[in-house]
This record gives sequence, structure tokens and C-alpha cells, in this order.
Amino acid sequence: MTRRTLGLVVLAIAVLAVVFVSLAFGTRQISLDAVFAAIIDPDLSNNDHAVVRDLRVPRTVIGLLAGAALGVAGGIMQGLTRNPLADPGLLGVNAGASLFVVLGITFFGITAATGYVWFAFAGAAVATVVVYAVGAGRGGHATPVTLTLAGAAVTAVLTSIITLVLLSNLETLNQYRFWSVGSLVGRDLSTVVVLLPFLIAGFALAAVVARMLNVLALGDDVARGLGQNVSLARVLAAVAIVILCGGATSIAGPIVFVGLVVPHIVRRFTGPDYRWVLAYSFFVGAILLVLADVVGRLIVQPTELEAGIVVAFLGAPVMIALVRRSKVGVL
Amino acid sequence: MSALVAARAVRRSRARLVTIVLLGAVLVIAALSLAVGAYSVSLPDLLATLAGQGNSKNEFIVLRLRLPRLTMAVLAGLAFALAGALFQALLGNPLASPDLIGITGGASVAAVFAILVLGLSGFAVSGFAFVGALVVASTIYLLSWRQGIAGYRFVLVGIGIAFMVQAALGYLLTRADVRDAQGALVWMVGSLSGTLWTEVAVAAISVGVLVPAVIVLAPKLRMLQLGDDTARGLGVRVDLSRVLLLAVAVALAAVATASVGPIAFVAFVAGPIARRLVPGTSLVPSALVGVLLVSTADFVSQHLLPGGVQVPVGIITGAIGAPYLLWLLATRRSRGEA
Repeated sequence: MTRRTLGLVVLAIAVLAVVFVSLAFGTRQISLDAVFAAIIDPDLSNNDHAVVRDLRVPRTVIGLLAGAALGVAGGIMQGLTRNPLADPGLLGVNAGASLFVVLGITFFGITAATGYVWFAFAGAAVATVVVYAVGAGRGGHATPVTLTLAGAAVTAVLTSIITLVLLSNLETLNQYRFWSVGSLVGRDLSTVVVLLPFLIAGFALAAVVARMLNVLALGDDVARGLGQNVSLARVLAAVAIVILCGGATSIAGPIVFVGLVVPHIVRRFTGPDYRWVLAYSFFVGAILLVLADVVGRLIVQPTELEAGIVVAFLGAPVMIALVRRSKVGVL
Repeated sequence: MSALVAARAVRRSRARLVTIVLLGAVLVIAALSLAVGAYSVSLPDLLATLAGQGNSKNEFIVLRLRLPRLTMAVLAGLAFALAGALFQALLGNPLASPDLIGITGGASVAAVFAILVLGLSGFAVSGFAFVGALVVASTIYLLSWRQGIAGYRFVLVGIGIAFMVQAALGYLLTRADVRDAQGALVWMVGSLSGTLWTEVAVAAISVGVLVPAVIVLAPKLRMLQLGDDTARGLGVRVDLSRVLLLAVAVALAAVATASVGPIAFVAFVAGPIARRLVPGTSLVPSALVGVLLVSTADFVSQHLLPGGVQVPVGIITGAIGAPYLLWLLATRRSRGEA
């Protein structure tokens, strides 16, 4: 077994471990026996069982899916823009989702996390189409630099509009601020079930795109010389990002960090091959987000910290330590 | 060889033309900002007032109300744009503006903490913002120091810090009363309304010290962009020059953020827009683009919005700067011009 395959096995075991931890620990003390019973043989009248099944299982599933999706989307984004600093939100996904959520709250009176899902997903898709169209320019050729700049510019315009609405509407601000930090709480599994086919399609597309990203990494001219359809590869990569990052954002809010940092860190172990980068990012993203959620439940009892806040506080020091240890790389 | 010389001459004359056009545009916006408003001042009256010959009413409106605001817009635009262009050039990445690496974010957290937790306002908030930016910048610097500063490490450590800063902001905003949160949000957008001469003086002195430093260091920047080894070969003390340039860029961003709040997008966009007007890294056009962007945005935010509403200037900089960059991107002729 090669070192990289072994790593994947270790990561898969780690995923199981965090799932166990996520089901077993929380603000409410529940014995391990009760946790197992709640999964295997639930008793509807038992409050402990209800907590495990209705609260801990959904947030664990959402954490796994959203984390994995963000990790993979981030890896694709960095390959697409050839910029190791690129975040999947850079294609306008987060800003588009946020704007539509803000509009949904303001004009459609939506108040629950489950109600935001389709607004967020639609917003992410619309914004990405705009970013891509601008990045491609009149010639229809998107380059890494123009995509990056177009994404940042569209994000700026949308953020201006969002801020304008938030400044003039107190109630919207009140709802939006809790959504915008990113959280796994208050979502139910039925929405996840509806989004699941999208996410699966996204992961499948990512598997296809990984090989193309390896070729694109050699530069557009070389890629063309090797028979790669560069424009097609970019479009497919962008579609995968929208589905994955848009899906994750629509269930968990605009969680940053995971998409940028996970693929970046993972690359140290896997090397530049995107097939491995994406596979590792899948697992590490899931582990990171679920772990952040568990920590958020435990450190400020009896209240909780949102996963989106914890993931940055937990992940950033790790990231900085890794950056410090590594040799000087190329940007 | 003669073709190269000719190309360089074309570039230089183009740079001069762009500079003149930008300067002209800044002057026009400046004149409009001083003259137009609920009480309009005619151009002769405006000139007379500026020369100290105006009547007391004009003097009050132009010199007390409008000129400090305009001056602050110019200073902030200049400082943000230079900071952004320096970072982007030094770190060789269009995403490496002070917003991305957490420096303006550090200022925001400190200021929002001062507003929400300590209940401060005015100069005290600015002070907190300034200190916040410097603390974050020195933290990044110390954490990324390992036998020298590599641009790559600096950016990555900065991004890590930026995430923590963002999370802290999210925490502060979700735990506060929603009304206070809205007040903090106004600061975070960046605003020029109610600027006083005392505030302008502080900003002007700081910028007045920093801009000459940029001018002195600019030739070193150009050599650093050729690569560390080439620069060393040309006799540049690479580490020292880089540290000094970073310090100046940080100070510019900190001064601007403390003075007017983290006005969105100016630092990020001024360099790329200037680069499309004049190829290559050009600090003077970048600075002028920044000045033009902030002063135009402030004029729009005061006078040109439907229904006479006034919004913080930071909302408008993103709303007018970004479409312009998008237009430049969408209409570029060949894919070579990235």
C-alpha cells in the first residue's frame, strides 16, 4: 500500500471517530449506552434519544457533507485559478448566496434556516454564472487572473447591496447575522435529503474534473497541446464548484476557511496531483467541520459557539503552524 | 533594441497621459464636491472662498463642512490605494490586498470591540482601529519570520489571521444587541460624514510622512519585482527593503482604516485598474485611481442617489469601482492581457 493510500484509510477511520464524538458529546450529558440505543433502537418518549436523533444526527450529517463539499470545491477552485490563495467563495458563491438570503428575509419574510436553502443555492448559481461570463470576456476565454478579479469584483458589488439592505433594515440584519457566521444547528434532515443528489453529482463531477485540473496545471498552451479542451475543463470545474460550494453554503451558511485551507494543507502530503488533493480534501474537510461543531458545543457551556466561528479559531493556528514549518514554497 | 526603446517611450507617454487625465478627473470631482449640495456655491465664489476672499456663509460651508470631508476622501483614497498596490506588487498576488491578509480586519475587530463592548465613539474608536491594524500586522510579521520574510509565508499567515479576525467579528456582532450591531456595521462600511479638521490633520500628517517613504522605496520595489536574486545582484538589500516596504504599506492601511473605517475595495481594485490603464506596476496611477474612486464615491453617496438618500461611502466604492473593473475585464481585447 502506498503512503497516500494508507493516508486515505487513516482519514476514513478518523471520520468515523469524529462522527462518534459528535453523536456522543454535547451540552447535554448523555451516556454512551443511551447514544447507541438512540441509533439502534430509539425510544420516542426518551428525551436523550430525541436529542441524539433529532439534534446530533442532523448536525453531524450536515457537517460531514458541507465540510467535504467545501474541501473539494476549494481544491477545484485552486486548480481552476492556479492560485493557492483562492477560496471557493471567490467565484461569487458566498456573496450570491448571501444576497439572495438577505432578499429572502427582507421581501419574503423567511425566518428559518431551512427556508434559506433554495434562496442560497439560486444566488450562488446566478453569481457564479455572472462571474464566469465576465471572466471569460468577449473572446470567451476565462483565464485564472480574470476569473479571480471578476469574482472579487462581483463579490464587492453584491456585498455593497447586502450592506445597504442590512443598514436600512434592522430585522433583516438580526436574522442575517446568525446565518452569516455559519452554523450546523436548526437544519433538518429533509432539506439535506433534497440537496443530497446535487452534492453527489458534484462529487462525481469533481472526480472527472480532477484529471483535467492536472493537465491545466501545466499551463493552457501545454494543456491544449496534450489535447485537453481547456474551456470545457474550466466550465466543468466551475459547475462542480457551484454545486458543491453552493450546496454547502445553502445548508450551513457561508463558512469560510475550510475551502481555502484544507486543500492547501492537504497538498503538503499528497503532492500536486489533483486526484489525491481532492480525495484528501473530501475527508479532511468533513473531519474539520464536524470537529469544529463539537468543540463549539463544549467550550462555552451552557451555550454554544457556531461551527463557522470555531472552525476559524481552531484551524487558523494549525494553518499558521504548518506554514511556519514548511520550506519556502512558490506562490 | 530601438524597438524596445520606442516601446518604452510609448509606455512612458501613455503613463503621462493617464496621469494627467486622472488628475483632471480628480480636480473636477473635487470642485463638484465643494460646490454642489443643499446650498450650491458658484465656481467664482468657490475660487474666491478658497483664496480666503469669500463671504462668511460660503466660508463656513466650503471650508468647514465640505473641504475637510473632501480632503479626508483624498487622503484615504491615496493611502488605501498605495497600501494595496504595494502589497500586491511585493507579494506578487492580486489577492494580497490588506483586506485579504487581515490588516483592515484587525482594525475592524478592535474598533467594533471598542464600540460594542466598551461603548466608545469618535477618536477613541479610531485609536483602537489603528492599534488593531498594527497589532495584527506585527503578529503576522513575527509569525512569518523565519530567517527572513518570504512573501508567500507572510500572505498565508496573514490569511490565517484574517480568518480568526473574521470569526471574532462574527462573534461580537451576533452577541451584541442588534441596534448596536447596526451602529458597528456603519463603522465597518466606512464613512466620511461629519469629518472634522482635527481628524484630517492627524491623517494628513501621517500620510505626509508615509508618502515620501514610498517615493524613496519605490525604485527598490521595482528591483525586487525582478526576483530576489536579480535584486541582490543589483545591490539591493532584499530583506531590509521588503520589510521597510511592508511596514510602510501596513502603516498606510492602518492610517486610512483608522480615519474613515475599512472602506471596501479601494486597496484591492486601484492597482488592477491602474495596470489596465498603464501596463506594469505604477504607483502614481494607482494612487490617483484610489483618490478618484473614493472622492467620486463620496460625491455619489451624498448627491446622486435616488430619493436623496445618503449612504456611507464604503457602499458606493464597491458599487462603482467593481463594475468598472468588470467592464475592463469583459471588454479586454485579447486573452493575453490578463
